[in-house]
Amino acid sequence: MSHNEQDRIPLPPADARKTNMTCHFCIVGCGYHVYKWPAGTEGGRAPDQNALGKDFRTQQPPLSGAMTPAMVNTVEENGKKYHVMIVPDKECEVNKGLTSTRGGQMASILYNADSPTRERLKYPRLYTGDDWIDVSWEEAMQVYAGVTKRLLDSFGPDAIMFNVFDHGGAGGGFENTWGTGKLMFSSIQTEMVRIHNRPAYNSECHATRDMGIGELNNSYEDSELSDCIVFVGANSYETQTNYFLAHALPNLNGETVDKKRKWFKDEHVEAGRFIFIDPRRSLTTAICENLAKDRILHLRINPGTDTALFNGLLTYVVDQGWHDKAFIEKHTKGFEAALKANRMSLDECAKITGVPVSELKKAAEWAYKPKKSGHHSRTAHLYEKGIIWGNDNYRIQSALVDLVLATHNVGRRGTGVCRLGGHQEGYARPPYPGKRPIYIDQEIIKGNGKMLTVWGCNAFQSTLNAQQYRQVLTRRANIVREALANARGGDVQDMVNAIFDAVTNRGGLFVTTIDLYPTKFAQASHMMLPATQPGEMNLTSMNGERRMRLTEKFMDPPGIAKPDCLIAADIANTLKAMYEAEGNSDMAKRFSGYDWKTEEDAFNDGFRKPEGIDSQGGPTGDLVTYDRLRGMGNNGVQLPVREYKNGKLIGTEMLYTDYKFSTPDGKAHFKPAPWTGLPAPVEVQRKKYRFWINNGRTNHIWQTAYHDQRIDFRTKRYPMAPIEINPEDAKELGIESGDVVEIYNDYGSTYAMAYLEPDMKRGHTFMMFGYFNGNAGDVVTDWTDRNYIPYYKGTWANIRRVSSMESYKESVSFKRRRYV
Amino acid sequence: MSNLSRRNFIKLGGAGAVAGVATVVPVKQSWAESKQRNPGATTLPYPKVTIGKAGDLPENQAVSFTYPDEMSPCVVIRMGAPVPGGAGPNGDIVAYSTLCTHMGCPVSYDSESRNFKCPCHFSVFDSEKTGQMVTGQATENLPRIRLSYDEKTDTLTATGVEGLIYGRQANII
Repeated sequence: MSHNEQDRIPLPPADARKTNMTCHFCIVGCGYHVYKWPAGTEGGRAPDQNALGKDFRTQQPPLSGAMTPAMVNTVEENGKKYHVMIVPDKECEVNKGLTSTRGGQMASILYNADSPTRERLKYPRLYTGDDWIDVSWEEAMQVYAGVTKRLLDSFGPDAIMFNVFDHGGAGGGFENTWGTGKLMFSSIQTEMVRIHNRPAYNSECHATRDMGIGELNNSYEDSELSDCIVFVGANSYETQTNYFLAHALPNLNGETVDKKRKWFKDEHVEAGRFIFIDPRRSLTTAICENLAKDRILHLRINPGTDTALFNGLLTYVVDQGWHDKAFIEKHTKGFEAALKANRMSLDECAKITGVPVSELKKAAEWAYKPKKSGHHSRTAHLYEKGIIWGNDNYRIQSALVDLVLATHNVGRRGTGVCRLGGHQEGYARPPYPGKRPIYIDQEIIKGNGKMLTVWGCNAFQSTLNAQQYRQVLTRRANIVREALANARGGDVQDMVNAIFDAVTNRGGLFVTTIDLYPTKFAQASHMMLPATQPGEMNLTSMNGERRMRLTEKFMDPPGIAKPDCLIAADIANTLKAMYEAEGNSDMAKRFSGYDWKTEEDAFNDGFRKPEGIDSQGGPTGDLVTYDRLRGMGNNGVQLPVREYKNGKLIGTEMLYTDYKFSTPDGKAHFKPAPWTGLPAPVEVQRKKYRFWINNGRTNHIWQTAYHDQRIDFRTKRYPMAPIEINPEDAKELGIESGDVVEIYNDYGSTYAMAYLEPDMKRGHTFMMFGYFNGNAGDVVTDWTDRNYIPYYKGTWANIRRVSSMESYKESVSFKRRRYV
Repeated sequence: MSNLSRRNFIKLGGAGAVAGVATVVPVKQSWAESKQRNPGATTLPYPKVTIGKAGDLPENQAVSFTYPDEMSPCVVIRMGAPVPGGAGPNGDIVAYSTLCTHMGCPVSYDSESRNFKCPCHFSVFDSEKTGQMVTGQATENLPRIRLSYDEKTDTLTATGVEGLIYGRQANII
């Protein structure tokens, strides 16, 4: 049904089955309820006739709940059809009944053969001859494991590469990170692995961890208690929506003053102030300015100058004597050395960042000057991709955490230095076997590696230097495709032989994608294996405040799709059998320990046996069971769990309140982070090209749009990736909103839909990242920081008008997205 | 929507005569009429409600009415230039439910941007693009009121709704 035609939806009857679901889209992880009941029946409008308990015989008042056509669908279980309705949970402490445009459509993206989700993968598929055919799991495993074994035996584990998710929520979760991790790191033992959104196996928050501070150290409730929140490169309204609406915004509006008074009895309290550090006026900034302009400060820094900003503020704060000397003395190490290295005058800081000295001083006073009552200000520093994908991730985070430590803004309620997050989390894996991360994309480009498994991710749309990566990978994959096309009439062993020859003697690369859909990456692959999403399996994840919940299974996956952890088990068990058959007990042993019938078995094998593995559950993961989590409902428990008492899991709201930091000596470590300018390859592009191609997310589209590209509501809004351009710049280039433009530089070119926006500075643009139609990664340089974290934001290019799309102009709104 | 008319709407509890141009036809009568004239166009028995004369509508001002019943506030706007889905002699007249599809807060019409804006969670809908959500947290565009136009009498009539009105299981209660 095309969008907006539905004018009626079925109600769940009073006896509809009700289960819990954590939204699997963004890190916030809002709580929802799933109602399921037999298709062809429905509840009545009287409150006692429907499971929602509402009286639909009359108009429901505003804010009484959310219930839209996007929240209902028809699914199957055990061959029977059921209606489902997925609505937000008012009792969930995370979202308090709110829903975002992403979570609000969870029902729409369930598998339904009569809807656009019919494109889901249902069976393993093999590229043979010159087309795809459906095959059984057994046949697929014989080919996959057969190639793996030949390569492992002939070349060792380094021939076998993975691009793989490391997160929670959709395509992730503790069950699936464990299953995949055990296969890659314990059994195959390869170090040739990269993560879904970056070219190596590394942390996005390496520096803060090295300094003793995990990146998720407070609760969303702390944003209700802060005197000041410093948002760094974060656009929460669009990317952590209900954290922002339910927790941060009430603080700005003064709605939490009474709560602050209750918590901090002797302290001066008032409505919160927000400081935004961002070269762009984001939607979040625009909304806040609209609501409380005098409590908002937007430091519109020059691109890539965050480190200079933090260093200037650190210097000024210390010179004013606003730092917490007692805390520094007792609980930290390395302050003097860091201060010496980072020292920068406000004048120099202003010159580099482009922020006037008066605004720098104002920011320092808001965030760090002791309060009227004499207490240190409670300031939270919340950051995301603006610095994670910024100019030298490790250096920026070091400079930021130095400032935070000097002002003691960690371990106290209302403070925290946290990433805001993209996906949910859900990491439990054996340790990565390599000593250092490896730049896997470059290894592919150099011709290394013989087999690549792309698991729940799609680097064609979400890596740096993407054009070259895609070109080389496709060329290498085509060598294998040709070999398969020529293996006519052959059995599985003949196919394995053909693949082995192509990757060994002719530079080919054997590619398998494991995903929900045939992705763009799958177009270059040779095998597709169908995976499941939350609701089709039980799944545990944790959100941005370490809150762990269980999403319960309520429907069948399409066809014979399986949870990722059980696919990993299939692979391992097939390899085990192959080694046993040839009497190689040592290798058979490496592939044992996967006797899992369900995802819960994988959970119990990983998260609940934390010794010797890297788990976000920590050493008390064994206290958590599916049953206990089910009992905790949509509020779950904040990790790490402290105890199980009186039928409840007791968790941890804030880390480091005991001042025991995550270092061997228990102290937080300052880290010198002097300002060093832009990286040389990026500076070359900046000097050569006219436009800064800032790139990131919009709230309409989730990640690579794997579901969204099939949903009318989304694609009618964005048939192509939009790029916001200053109207004067556009005029000079003859560009109007709705025109298709090419963006090009030394690394590649891509296309986008022009969207004129007066808030963009001259020479600045903002392009949606990761889209299926228009890929910003094609023009991102191949430069990374010392740990191979990309500088996606450090992109400069030229723009030219290609054509005018009348249909875009007619059907797509080009009104300003800012709430002005 | 002007402040005055919104205040009136709230004060009057959504009475149909707020803007002084709308007349509500009894539901049962128009359901039968609707089914006869336009069978299968919708699953629901929408009433036909006379909105007023196109020539009486001021340009770029939201005029309040209710549809399909008195509990459902709507506005009609003459944009001044043809727009997709526009009715009237110039194809420039559009009408929408004014309950945000996200959580039901009343949206206000901003005549400068020609957008509907929700003050609760900041969703924005484009009046000139069939109610498309420009940004925000809804999962549905703003429900559009179907209008028919009688050239002889210059009369606009509401005949149905595209999209589910907030706070309802079905648009016809």
